[in-house]
Amino acid sequence: MKKLLMTLAAAASMAALASAAEAKTKACFIYVGPIGDFGWSYQHDQGRLAVEKALGDAVETAFLESVPEGPDAERALERFARDGCNIIFTTSFGYMDQTNAVAAKFPDVKFEHATGYKREHANVATYNSRFHEGRYIQGQIAAKLSKVGVAGYIASFPIPEVVMGINAFTLGAQSVNPDFKLKVVWANTWFDPGKEADAAKALIDQGVDIITQHTDSTAPMQVAAERKIKAFGQASDMINFGKETQLTAIVDDWGPYYIERVKAVVDGSWKQHDVWAGMKEGHVVMAPYTNMPEDVAKLATETQAKITSGEFDPFTGPVKKQDGSDWLKAGEKADAGTLLGMNFYVMGVNDKLPQ
Amino acid sequence: MDMFQNILITIATAATPLLIAALGELVVERSGVLNLGVEGMMVMGAVTGFAVALSTGNPWLGMLAGTIVGALFSQLFAFLVLTIATNQVATGLSLTLLGLGLSGMIGESFVGQPGIKLPNIDIPVLSDLPLVGKLLFGQDPIFYMALALVFAVWWFLFRTRAGLTLRALGDNHDSAHALGIKVLRIRYLAVAFGGACAGLAGAHLTLVYTTQWIENMTAGRGWIALALVVFASWRPARVLAGAYLFGAVSIGQLHAQALGFGIPSQLLSSLPYLATIAVLVIISQNRRLTLINTPASLGRPFVPDR
Repeated sequence: MKKLLMTLAAAASMAALASAAEAKTKACFIYVGPIGDFGWSYQHDQGRLAVEKALGDAVETAFLESVPEGPDAERALERFARDGCNIIFTTSFGYMDQTNAVAAKFPDVKFEHATGYKREHANVATYNSRFHEGRYIQGQIAAKLSKVGVAGYIASFPIPEVVMGINAFTLGAQSVNPDFKLKVVWANTWFDPGKEADAAKALIDQGVDIITQHTDSTAPMQVAAERKIKAFGQASDMINFGKETQLTAIVDDWGPYYIERVKAVVDGSWKQHDVWAGMKEGHVVMAPYTNMPEDVAKLATETQAKITSGEFDPFTGPVKKQDGSDWLKAGEKADAGTLLGMNFYVMGVNDKLPQ
Repeated sequence: MDMFQNILITIATAATPLLIAALGELVVERSGVLNLGVEGMMVMGAVTGFAVALSTGNPWLGMLAGTIVGALFSQLFAFLVLTIATNQVATGLSLTLLGLGLSGMIGESFVGQPGIKLPNIDIPVLSDLPLVGKLLFGQDPIFYMALALVFAVWWFLFRTRAGLTLRALGDNHDSAHALGIKVLRIRYLAVAFGGACAGLAGAHLTLVYTTQWIENMTAGRGWIALALVVFASWRPARVLAGAYLFGAVSIGQLHAQALGFGIPSQLLSSLPYLATIAVLVIISQNRRLTLINTPASLGRPFVPDR
């Protein structure tokens, strides 16, 4: 909170000096969690630092952390827009409506909303990463290594992004072991280390021998290390929390995208778009494959290469929905619209999707 | 069978920080002061405990430091509401906000580092007993402290003269003052005790529950502790029941999910809150008894007239 106040104070004083520093482009960021979460918000802030490093004196940056989704976000956005921000990145799904509402009032400010789909005004762009590409690889690794054929999945909220991850993981696992099962626990939070740890313990007590997570803290990794099973890191490389536990991690690398977009504002070439980039563009990076036999690492590396080259798409048929009905015919690829609005499980997920 | 014991241990781990923080706040409120800064003191204890344990390599020192910092931090609140007689609700809230911000700043360099775990007690033979050995004889030291604290707080409040005095000024500080009781001094001490408990509860989070530091990692546990005190109608044994019930339902719902019963997870997630409220409402049915237990001066500022 204090940091937030300091950031605000800095922003206010900079606004006062705006006439002196008119030439600088100001890039602003709004985070849903603290930058010290070592996960989602931390990685976005790493992206902001990359912008500072790459563009140097041409830009200045500011951020607000732990901004709740909802009306508070709108106030924070308005303040940023008034303080002379030229481009504002809103980095959580729940900022979607607020981003569009504020964008209507400030047509000269560019807005970039992460993981959303609404672009109601010409100055709103959306961007997202194809994290499910990494989840598919994780599924393959899990199926190769699990002795019981069941993995545990700690999920946050039943939004398409998360459901997509669960499905990709399942499909990856089934490509190795068609009978592979997945147990899902919804923590109903992005960020509560204690609860995430409890969820991990519950899953392990019920016999899974590999866990993966779509929540933001390193707690599940630590629990897995304590109970001597394997786990996957989330959002950032969590190897320090499980040197003999982490198999790999999906690392979000926002730096290249943020640099590209801020640069576009600097030289006036910014245009609205909707980007959904993955391994090919370098937005989704896998942490080193560790703690697994060589043949498993080889399989993972090969799949990664195929996805990166565009030769393979995790959502390629034949795929059946959970209820047994057909979804994708053999060789058919899922379209982006269905994926971004995904609200059903594929076969093999042992859970009822919360609606 | 191991699974059964593991589940119980998980429940105990989840309940312990709530129990300790709530017991501390219970004593504070019994003395007539409402400190809404539990979350802030807890998170300060959490970051200090983690930082000291990591820097010295000694988790015991971390636990001690977390407790002390919790107590010291609470004295800021005590000075404002007792000596200057500021509004207790507003001051308590500010303490929470300050604690969350300050801890984030202090802890910045500790993010992303694995911490040190407080070693579990291990009594040979006993802790190897089937079914209950590890649960009763092989847990972390703070678990035992929390249980001892329930008894100690009950004994102090209801079986000692000092406890009677503390309750008396919580009920009517003017009369207590007229009798020559040092109202402010006792309240300073009560607030310090509450701070120490919240600090210890925070240290439990970073030294036992999850050995890592992340900003805001208390995630609302201070508020749950506050609610427990009210619903337990200021009785230590009911705080114990409330904390364990909350823990049991929180863990139980995760297991229900993993078993795939198909009950909506949003409903399951809210169960701990619903169940705790329901049970504590039922046991507080007797309105007269509840009123007797409610500290009558709670939240009212005390300014001695001479």
